[in-house]
Amino acid sequence: MTMLGDRQQLSYIASQAADARLNLELETEGMTLNIGPQHPATHGTLRIIARLDGEQVVWAEPACGYMHRGYEKLTEVRTFPQVTTLVNRIDWLGSFANEVPFILAAEKLMGVEAPTRAQYIRTILFELSRIANVSLFLGDLGVQLGAITPVFLAFRDREYVLNLIESATGGRFHPNFDRIGGLKDDLPAGWIDETRAVMKKLRGFCDQIEDLLFGNEIFQSRTRGIGVIPRDVALQYGLSGANLRASGVDWDLRRDQNLPMVWNKADWKVWTHPDGDSFARCWVRLQETRESTKIVDQLLGAIPSGPVMAKVPKIIKVPEGEAWVSTENPLGEMGYYVVSRGDLGPFRVKIRSASFNNISITPWLLRGVYVPDIVTILASLYFILGDIDR
Amino acid sequence: MPPKLPNVEVRQLSSSSETTTPVVDLEREQMLEAIKLSLGDALVDSHLKPGDDLWIRVSPDSWLGSVQKLRDQHSFDYFGFLSAIDWMPSPYGRGEDDPTEPAPVRDMTIRSGYAGGDTRMQVFIRLVNSKTHFGITVKVDVADSAPSVESLITIFAGANWHERETHEMFGIDFVGHNDLRNMYLPVDFEGHPLRKDFPLLARMVKPWPGIIDVEPLPGGDEEDSAQSKNSDAS
Repeated sequence: MTMLGDRQQLSYIASQAADARLNLELETEGMTLNIGPQHPATHGTLRIIARLDGEQVVWAEPACGYMHRGYEKLTEVRTFPQVTTLVNRIDWLGSFANEVPFILAAEKLMGVEAPTRAQYIRTILFELSRIANVSLFLGDLGVQLGAITPVFLAFRDREYVLNLIESATGGRFHPNFDRIGGLKDDLPAGWIDETRAVMKKLRGFCDQIEDLLFGNEIFQSRTRGIGVIPRDVALQYGLSGANLRASGVDWDLRRDQNLPMVWNKADWKVWTHPDGDSFARCWVRLQETRESTKIVDQLLGAIPSGPVMAKVPKIIKVPEGEAWVSTENPLGEMGYYVVSRGDLGPFRVKIRSASFNNISITPWLLRGVYVPDIVTILASLYFILGDIDR
Repeated sequence: MPPKLPNVEVRQLSSSSETTTPVVDLEREQMLEAIKLSLGDALVDSHLKPGDDLWIRVSPDSWLGSVQKLRDQHSFDYFGFLSAIDWMPSPYGRGEDDPTEPAPVRDMTIRSGYAGGDTRMQVFIRLVNSKTHFGITVKVDVADSAPSVESLITIFAGANWHERETHEMFGIDFVGHNDLRNMYLPVDFEGHPLRKDFPLLARMVKPWPGIIDVEPLPGGDEEDSAQSKNSDAS
């Protein structure tokens, strides 16, 4: 396993040597291809510098930092309730899911637990943000591989989910709805029936995408066997979420962790894929979206009555201690290491975002691939720039 | 000051009726015993919260070897993250000082967290066993003068970017990592932003408006607002 570190170093040497070697043998020149920071295939401002030998990548590396906002520093001058506003903007497509692990960490330090009703609504909103996030991925995937239609379907159907999130929380993208000890508000009237109808639509959307995209021969030939990540490598790089499960690791933090959330109250399945290629990663995400709609459906029927907020003091001081809580967010494992000094605000918050680990494998993964496959691999790894740069 | 404990509707996480978490965490205790045996003197301190998590601290010389043992002998094969903590309290507080008042006196004693520590800064990593899903937080002290620690890239390739980030944010050197370029900051950036003595400039150039507009909450009762003033002052 120590070879990996060496391999990375060798790739740098190889890139340096590329010019000389190519000139001697083939009378060709190496070329540096710069993708981004503004490029449709990069979901924001990721810049990729690739050293090419003809059509093949000799060495490639993402350049991060075009969107670094310094959230870890900013949390140190905020109070605990204020931090949720910041972390909302890390993964902006699934904002509610970002708030949950931080709130859970603060609750763990305080020894507070949200009432059961709040736990149900939290879990439902968590899954809704996953559906909103991943359905956009499924549509965007098509665009990146040259198919335009899926993205229109995705934007249409994601809108239904965003409307639901908006009617419950007041915010389409940044709900800021989670509170230490529960939720800001209860659900609006009629929301449950509406959600049921939308979940049905979303399952239809998944079927449509499966037919249109995953059954498409061109799509399959462009993704099968491209960007294969073996199990060991995935674990070493700390990949998480669908990227890890597509490499055959049966690990879902929603199932394998004891958190005050209610995923275990629903009957659902963790999908894995043995291949570890781009197709597997996309396929696992599609299945997960479907499972999420099932989770939401089952939980909607089981929401107990009661308060949505535990009794917590108005001025929240979190007792001294350290806590680590991570959840299975749309992009993968999102966690917060919160250190409190018994003050109004945290002493230090380490934000472990999924995309940072997921994208750190790209220098290893992109070596030797062809130029069009760069886009396939990046699309299938699925990252959000705010989640890399924080 | 401990928070005012609510009267009802509060349950301790560890004694929740739905989770059957025992107060004595046998699995983690066994894990800790096994780690103590294999690491020997390299293990400096440990902290176990039953039903929650396990923290250990290893000696700086044995950092690389200890992590290697944790991976190979104890199957902590999943690399979660690597980062650092600066335990020195910030000399600027939370950046809410009134610039017209004399600077408040702050308690600047360095206190470490779980599993202790002898230095101002500590590097810590999160490892998980991908089969049993038990996680562990491993800490290591870094010397105050010329902070440096061995690099883990030969054990976990994923540590590469995390070490680069920690290097630029805390100024900690990782021996054996030959590519510690800045991850986020511009090449000519001076200072290490996540160190506590690095001021948050936005709060320095313009005072935080929060210190001016302290008004009672609309509809808030007198008792609460009086309490908030007291707790702010303490």
